[in-house]
Amino acid sequence: MAEKYDLQEREVWDGNFAASQALRQAQVDVVAAYPITPSTPIVENYGSYVANGYIDGEFVMVESEHAAMSGCVGASAAGGRVSTATSSQGFALMTEVLYQASGMRLPIVLNVVNRALASPLNVRGDHADMYLGRDSGWIQLDAFNAQEAYDLALCAFRIGEHHDVRLPVMVHQDGFITSHTAQNVYPLSDEVAYNFVGDFKPVDDMLDFSRPVTYGAQTEEDWHFEHKARQHKALMDSRPIIDEIFADFEKVSGRKYNRVESYDMEDAEVAIVALGTTVETARVAAKELRAEEGIKAGVVAIRCFRPFPFDMVRDSLENVKSVAVLDRSSPGGAMGAFFNEVSAALYTTPNRPLVTNFIYGLGGRDFSISEAKRIFKEQKAHADAGHITTDIQQFSGLRGPHLGFFQTKRG
Amino acid sequence: MAITSIKNLKEFSTNNDRFEGAHTLCPGCAHSMIVRELMNCTDDNLVISSNTGCLEVSTAVYPFTSWDTSWIHIGFENAATAVSGAEAMHKARKKKGTLKDNDAPVKFVAFGGDGSTYDIGFQWLSGAVERGHDFTYICLDNENYANTGGQRSSATPIGATTTTAQAGSHSYGKKEKKKDMVAIMAAHGAPYVAQLAPNKWKAMAKGFQKALETEGPCFINTVSPCCTEWKFDPKDTIGITDLATDSLMFPIYEIIDGHELNILYRPKNIIGVEEYMGAQGRYKHLFKPENRHIIDKVQQDVNEYWDYLQRREEARI
Repeated sequence: MAEKYDLQEREVWDGNFAASQALRQAQVDVVAAYPITPSTPIVENYGSYVANGYIDGEFVMVESEHAAMSGCVGASAAGGRVSTATSSQGFALMTEVLYQASGMRLPIVLNVVNRALASPLNVRGDHADMYLGRDSGWIQLDAFNAQEAYDLALCAFRIGEHHDVRLPVMVHQDGFITSHTAQNVYPLSDEVAYNFVGDFKPVDDMLDFSRPVTYGAQTEEDWHFEHKARQHKALMDSRPIIDEIFADFEKVSGRKYNRVESYDMEDAEVAIVALGTTVETARVAAKELRAEEGIKAGVVAIRCFRPFPFDMVRDSLENVKSVAVLDRSSPGGAMGAFFNEVSAALYTTPNRPLVTNFIYGLGGRDFSISEAKRIFKEQKAHADAGHITTDIQQFSGLRGPHLGFFQTKRG
Repeated sequence: MAITSIKNLKEFSTNNDRFEGAHTLCPGCAHSMIVRELMNCTDDNLVISSNTGCLEVSTAVYPFTSWDTSWIHIGFENAATAVSGAEAMHKARKKKGTLKDNDAPVKFVAFGGDGSTYDIGFQWLSGAVERGHDFTYICLDNENYANTGGQRSSATPIGATTTTAQAGSHSYGKKEKKKDMVAIMAAHGAPYVAQLAPNKWKAMAKGFQKALETEGPCFINTVSPCCTEWKFDPKDTIGITDLATDSLMFPIYEIIDGHELNILYRPKNIIGVEEYMGAQGRYKHLFKPENRHIIDKVQQDVNEYWDYLQRREEARI
């Protein structure tokens, strides 16, 4: 029986500590992990909870992130609750096994503390690793602050382990800005948190020898397609279940989450669409611009990056005149991936708002309120002109001359 | 619990069959003999993992499986890690009492070919052994990447021809000596390490049982002659294995706790490596006059290694 951990009603935690407390309260059975900045404290803390009796679990410190996810897959198939954490290069090294975890429908919870991908080597936050995971078949939830990193980690166990979902779940938070910044966090009591998550109920348990199971079979052109289609359907079908679990979470916490979060969007004429901590910056900018200049600015934030809330994104933006989609990842010779997804959703609306793409904040480059305001004002200019008056893709906050690509044919 | 009756091969081979015959391994492949022997030598519950390779692709093609026990395959390199994760979960659940049968003994076994053991999965194996998980790793060593059509691995012996270390008018085949994996695993301090062969099936069964009964990580390199890539008649698998063990190309021995070496089979009549090599197409080119010196070199290496093993056994260090 685990030792009692003293919690205050209000704690001052950074995002890493918050995530590790969720792991403790969920009484995770096995963490197989490898350290990498900035996510390391999550698994260090788990190890210390095991060492001090706060968790009855096994902490397996392996020799690489590839092995970390491999150990998680083996542990999860053996019928218990499993979690780990990583960032950046570690995430990249894990990628092969991420696909295998989701293909085997194993409900592992991976805390991803977002960080840039080398080269050049960089430890600061951007969303390159988060984007790398977007086709891996995992559910991806996005936290914008420490409270949310805690809340969403608890929700992630419930979602992934739900017998109608059975998929692995990533909970993303921004490196350093969230992971290393102490903020007020209101935790649930251990009892309420554990009851919310519930006991782990295994499916196809490798340690139930009355019913042997084969994991990781081979399929070729005869069955592979059907497996992948069912996996995609499982992701799509998880949407209402995620909504239900968010509603249940509101009942125990008073905090309401939505797969798409909209701020000041009721009458918005221009909008920023963003992920991570940028959402809070953009919200402040929108509020100030409304007060200072009467610009009807709003923010749409993606809480659930996968399954991508195509219809909710469309519905939240269809009445806006001009939208800026902010990609915090190097687009690598294309429009930003997030821009492409939002644009595709908006293409199905009657009025088709103008959509522009900003590449920003790579390698932890600061994204300021004044820059967010500048982007809003540019959207206002597009809205007034009725067409995009700048390059469609621009780099924001870059040293040196302006960098932008492609012009509209609508003007 | 170990099966005690290993006197009669017929009885042993049909005991507790948890590996179904309907797999797609090549006729004459030694992999299935080795796997069946492992599974028949214990009554305990088994969690088995396999690296990608011949064994894996031939035994779990959806919607079929040859495994009448828990089995998992993730990738080419990580069977040792998969099984160590399962072993950790077993410990965690045993503590919490959430297992279906909390007292039933469970053994954890990983299989890999030489490609996944000596090369791509080397780090994963080393890590799992260093962490001290209670499992047995069995390498099915056929000295090449047979599943992908016979490329060199670091287990391929010097002089063998493969599709990526070709013999030709200017080449005698692979230039490098085989990696000494057994010594490397013994150097990890693993409590039980051995090299075994399916022709010496009693020694193999005993070695497997020892490994399963030993707490902690154990490593066994098994010789698995590959008729397809070594180029011999499928009916001759055990005959080729006899030549391998009697020429001392594959000496049969164990190392306990990283130092106590015991030779498990001493051929009454040691044969020359030439006889072993001459029985396989992969060495055919070595019998040309310009390549003969490689056979001599292999013979010298084998003699020296046998001498080394005997000295270590005698010295008990």
